[in-house]
Amino acid sequence: MTGEPPRDPGAQPERTWLAWRRTTLTCAVSVALTARVAVERPSGLAAGAACLGALAWIGLLVTAHRRIRRLSRPRPETMGAAETVGTLACVLVLIGVGGMMVL
Amino acid sequence: MLDRIRVTARLWLAPQRLREEGATPDYRFSLANERTFLAWIRTALALIAGGIAVDQFLTDLRWEVRTGVAIVLLAGAALCAFRAVNHWVRCERAMRRGEDLPASRFPVLLASGTAFAALLIIAVVVLGLAGR
Repeated sequence: MTGEPPRDPGAQPERTWLAWRRTTLTCAVSVALTARVAVERPSGLAAGAACLGALAWIGLLVTAHRRIRRLSRPRPETMGAAETVGTLACVLVLIGVGGMMVL
Repeated sequence: MLDRIRVTARLWLAPQRLREEGATPDYRFSLANERTFLAWIRTALALIAGGIAVDQFLTDLRWEVRTGVAIVLLAGAALCAFRAVNHWVRCERAMRRGEDLPASRFPVLLASGTAFAALLIIAVVVLGLAGR
């Protein structure tokens, strides 16, 4: 291949990185709800759960950030274990946090 | 069966193994698959938020009912998240091998669950059972 890669008319990388951003925002809503519990009904358990939720959110942010950086290349590669397993782990931690809040 | 589960689980943990199979598809198809994956992850995250919100805001309900609803939502979130990865792996593999994309009953399951929950809530509201 020579010269500039052809412009992608579907703006696929942009749409994909926006999808990552939407996902981190949705995650932020859940984490905000857990923080609300920790403030309304203060207890060691609630505070710990909220901290864990915040960590899961940061984990997802880092995953999204790294993926977005790789998406800016001309021909982005398929997702790897860091993205799939990382995202799954963050969601599962958040489910655990939800369980701690509910029970 | 057990063998298939082992193979799939290995692909979940190491999706780079997918590259050993077939040919790399047009990256735009992979990115579309990735966005579908993320949409399912957002569904899971919304279910988590719903579960926590039920527990916090429906304080008029009895404890057992509230906790039950919240746990059903959280379990649904776990199901959605696992299925997101599983479906992504299967679609990616099918694209590399040039096969048809896998058909799935999961959307029907989720839609039926949502419809059932909506009907249940309509019944509760119409019969005035809430808050007693």
